[in-house]
Amino acid sequence: MLSSIAKPFAALALAAALISIVLAALGASPVGVFAALGEGAFGNWYACVDTIVKSTPLVFTGLAVSLAFSGALWNIGADGQLTIGAIAAGAIGPHLGNLPHAIAIAIILAAGSLGGAVWGGVAGWLRARRDVNEVISTIMLNFVAVQALSWVVHGPLMEPSRAYPTSSPIARAAQLEFYFAPSRINLGMILAVVLAAACYLLLFHTGAGFELRAMGRNRRAATFFGIRIPALTFRVMALSGAMAGLGGAVQVSAISHRLYEKLSPGWGFEAIAVALVARLNPLGIIPAALLFGALDNGSQAMQRTQGISPELVQVIQGLVILIILAFDTPAWSGLREQIFGAPHDAPAVPPVAEMPDA
Amino acid sequence: MLEAFLTSAITMATPILLAALGELIVEESGVVNIGIEGAMLAGAFAALAVAYFSGITALGLAGAIAAGVAINAIFAILVVNLAVNQVVTGTAVSILALGLTGVFYRKLFGVTGKAFMVAPIAKIPLGPLARIPLLGPVLFNHNGLVYFTFILVPALWYVIARTRYGLRLRACGERPEAADALGLGVIAIRWQALMMSGALTGLAGAFLTLAYANTFVENISAGRGFVALSVVIVGRWNSWGLAAASVLFGAAMALQFGLQALGTVVPYQLFLALPYALTLVVLAGFGGQAAAPSALGEPYRRQ
Repeated sequence: MLSSIAKPFAALALAAALISIVLAALGASPVGVFAALGEGAFGNWYACVDTIVKSTPLVFTGLAVSLAFSGALWNIGADGQLTIGAIAAGAIGPHLGNLPHAIAIAIILAAGSLGGAVWGGVAGWLRARRDVNEVISTIMLNFVAVQALSWVVHGPLMEPSRAYPTSSPIARAAQLEFYFAPSRINLGMILAVVLAAACYLLLFHTGAGFELRAMGRNRRAATFFGIRIPALTFRVMALSGAMAGLGGAVQVSAISHRLYEKLSPGWGFEAIAVALVARLNPLGIIPAALLFGALDNGSQAMQRTQGISPELVQVIQGLVILIILAFDTPAWSGLREQIFGAPHDAPAVPPVAEMPDA
Repeated sequence: MLEAFLTSAITMATPILLAALGELIVEESGVVNIGIEGAMLAGAFAALAVAYFSGITALGLAGAIAAGVAINAIFAILVVNLAVNQVVTGTAVSILALGLTGVFYRKLFGVTGKAFMVAPIAKIPLGPLARIPLLGPVLFNHNGLVYFTFILVPALWYVIARTRYGLRLRACGERPEAADALGLGVIAIRWQALMMSGALTGLAGAFLTLAYANTFVENISAGRGFVALSVVIVGRWNSWGLAAASVLFGAAMALQFGLQALGTVVPYQLFLALPYALTLVVLAGFGGQAAAPSALGEPYRRQ
């Protein structure tokens, strides 16, 4: 149990060491850059609030990824699912003005979830019924979603003056109100935390969660156990997409209030790093998302004061994923077993990409 | 019009085919490398940086090969030696390459946004062949990388299907335990496959900067590595099939520019989405992984 908490920290420390080498190669001071990152992320009250705001979409996409990965379904498409969810929310949002606040909120969030569920569900259906690898299909669906967003903000959903490539603002009734004023902490964050708890219960305390994890460990054995893999595949992908889509709707409802191109800076990909730092545990997603939200937030200050481009955050994401995978491999456990004779923990990420369906 | 379209289709198909042929070698050995997007991006950046600062285009190609090999070496250590999940590793490698090329691009070329142009790789018209009407300009008036790529198609088919080395490669992808028992060295063969693929994918990236855009922009590969992955599936793990699928996708990309230029009322985003949507439709139709190597994606560890 200790190692499951210690491993991510050790991985982050090693990532920081490697980043320092990259920074030295760039002629920058690692200490200065990390200080700027920390200052930008937690330097004052507003920075802290902004970090939380920037973490929120990562909780939704991180949960989406961790749920799918737990079932060895490699959903690389949380970004597209979030985008389609945002489009659905942004399309319906301006028309909810005459409804009571609670109902308007419920509708806009449901629309986002539905949009994401469709996008994830397509990939799930293709995998379950047409034997199309979900890795490829979700990546392709990401590209299609990006173009769909670009099209709607230049076309059917463009604001009436047609001066800017954005959609009309959503109705006030459909905006998640700001609580804890003057901060921007809102109901979206609370929803994210509730969803994380619900995912934890689903994954570890229900029959469906057991089936999902069984599928992740060994698809063939799960079949012999009587688990209907195709139906489960479709449901998991749709649910995963729904959570990413909900994240998109929350972003539109609470923060952006309208659609524009490049709404997501890559939350669906960053989510993979979030999910792995959390070792696919839904409760771990919240601190992991806060960590990466802080990185995103701090990167602006890093660029301003240290002249390092914000792409450094992607270098950190990539390194963190690789290091965690390297720490987590059964190859090490096997070695440890040979030396100490201790049984090894199962790796958090199922090591097998593809099992032939029985 | 037709001539320009077909020429453009061959040009657009080349980097995809080059990367797909590299991926084919890797997949025959039993490994799926989603990181080819990253290796392509690294190759594209290294090619531009080396060609720009040395002033010699051929050195740019060498830089691209080195970058592709380096990115694949990171992938190989994790996937081949440490036996970790190939899909997640490949995704991380792609994110890492996107970040590294972005950071180093801004560092080397400043943040001015000014384009840093290099001279394109010279075209080599193939003598009288290039003067054949239509076929000449479409097929025989390209740079050396295009010829290399299309010559690689039969060459790779022969190596994989007809030689002892190809047999060893396929043994690692079909039954790694059996290959290991025969003393074939699964680890070494998978490493070799990844290094060859790294070189080809790096060159595919170089094609983008040195033959196509003549400059570098962030994320210049724009998903071509991922398209190459689906080309391997659509092409049924056969280099001839890969060539056909690449030309199909190349044509879809060329069509996008042609129709945009015609100024049709259809939104341009539809054409930008076309290659990816086409991939989905083709995969849904052709579906299946039935032709894939049996042990594809499974890490191999000696018990």
